[in-house]
Amino acid sequence: MRALSRVSVYALINVAIVAALVVMLYPLIWMLSASFKTGYEIFHSLSLLPQAPSLDNYISGWTALRLPFSVFFMNSVVLCAAAVLGNTISCTLAAFAFARLRFPLKRVLFAVMLMTIMLPFHATIVPQFVLYEHLGWVGTILPIVVPKFLAVDAFFVFLLVQFIRNIPTSLDDAAKIDGCGPFRLFYWVILPLLTPALATTAIFTFIFTWNDFFSQLLYLGNSVSSYTVPVALRAFIDATSLSSWPQTLAMSLLSLLPIIGFFMAFQRLLVEGISTTGLKG
Amino acid sequence: MSEAAREGLAAYLFLLPWLIGLFGLTLGPMVASLLLSFTHYDLLSPPRWVGLHNFQLLLSDDRYLHSVRVTFTYVVLEVPLKLAFALLLAVVLNRGLRAVGLYRALFYVPSLLGGSAAIAILWRQIFGGDGMANMILTSLGWHHPPAWLQDPSYALFTLVALGVWQFGSPMVIFLAGIRQIPREFYDAARVDGAGRVSQFFRLTLPLLTPLILFNFILQMVYAFQTFTPAFLVSGGNGSPVDSTLFYTLYLYNEAFGNLHMGYGAAMAWILLVVIAVSTAAVFASSRYWVFYMETER
Repeated sequence: MRALSRVSVYALINVAIVAALVVMLYPLIWMLSASFKTGYEIFHSLSLLPQAPSLDNYISGWTALRLPFSVFFMNSVVLCAAAVLGNTISCTLAAFAFARLRFPLKRVLFAVMLMTIMLPFHATIVPQFVLYEHLGWVGTILPIVVPKFLAVDAFFVFLLVQFIRNIPTSLDDAAKIDGCGPFRLFYWVILPLLTPALATTAIFTFIFTWNDFFSQLLYLGNSVSSYTVPVALRAFIDATSLSSWPQTLAMSLLSLLPIIGFFMAFQRLLVEGISTTGLKG
Repeated sequence: MSEAAREGLAAYLFLLPWLIGLFGLTLGPMVASLLLSFTHYDLLSPPRWVGLHNFQLLLSDDRYLHSVRVTFTYVVLEVPLKLAFALLLAVVLNRGLRAVGLYRALFYVPSLLGGSAAIAILWRQIFGGDGMANMILTSLGWHHPPAWLQDPSYALFTLVALGVWQFGSPMVIFLAGIRQIPREFYDAARVDGAGRVSQFFRLTLPLLTPLILFNFILQMVYAFQTFTPAFLVSGGNGSPVDSTLFYTLYLYNEAFGNLHMGYGAAMAWILLVVIAVSTAAVFASSRYWVFYMETER
């Protein structure tokens, strides 16, 4: 009797959770369905099944702006790839120094690094814009990519420091006895063991950069040929009237696919990363 | 050269990119931003020193003061609601369910996608006057539901809903925290006759307070900086009638739309100070409500 009531309590909890999930994910499911519907149907039918599913919205949406979406996707991919490269290299270098080497001012610099993690980017955005304007970088990806090569996303430095600290120092000692200096210690001992942390850094950098709207609007929002996907979506709702909702939703959905793909492929790694570091998704 | 000097030199070589970034792109611009806040600067002619004029102007700028109110309202509503949902779901998901991994991942999906332009645009459709939400409400028998995003009394709440919808990331952190609580604590509580409710309030909740503090500060700092949904949902200007004119949106429009760089820098510094003071206040309050277990390790 007791066992039975226990089973039914669990069943009830499961039902409640699934119901909550359906409500939460309904907007996304609806978006998927709407992208295959006609405009009239989107605003007049609640059914999730399109009457005559068609790819028309995707086909017409792809070329609805002055340049096709392939250009915007390519721009986003190039931007994200450069950001990933920059973040993984520069943050790893800095993290190794903080986690493994002794040097003057280490405590001060480490504290400063921690403080910059919480710094709102508005604190620096106006002079940065002025600087990039004078350098002639506005309209290129440099204002977004160069900071990544200079480890400005201190959060990832912190993440990598935590990871390196967990690597046993006995490995360092062995390497030192064999005559390794700091550079060979980094390259031959630490770096090969960093793969999971580097993957976490790379994937989160990709997702953040792909989703980031503010800096792409600011630096890449002035010429169609430099639009990334989020900026192009914005142009979509500016340039077109309500009648183009089906195409807008279709392109919005496409813009989410890379993130969903990465999430499905690396779900465990990502969720572990969030639980252990408090990373915002 | 001594061993220590060589190691120090090597360390600074490893730190070089970060140091250039720190001084060139973080600390330098912070100082420059402070200096700019005392000037008029439109990017075309050199900055002109005006003392405290920008700050005086801000105090009498109704749109600015309104944006402060909008942002505070958002932070005060969004952060606690989001954490409450996160905590509730984390506790429920921890009840030894078999599919917990799958559930956790699915609840996290809105956090993963929610910050994107695409979701902000989706929100614009859903909460439009003839959007999906109203189609459902009408079919449920509510004949004239408000036009949410077109209605200044409701527009901000749809953005609060968008923020709360993304409770997955604090939930994942809470869930990891709950799993750290030793089983024996609950066994002992049961032996002492504590029911589920009292276990939650006397055991789970106090032991999670350090994580509540952590999540609260993190979400608060993010909430103050909300930009993307406000920009896209309102069409870039905080409409209707400035009801979604977030602080950062006004800052963006002033600094980069009207090229009032000095004014924008002053706004940015005030925001920085407000975030720092709020964070410090929450930390100070934590003495009274955060429970740290005495651990001997």
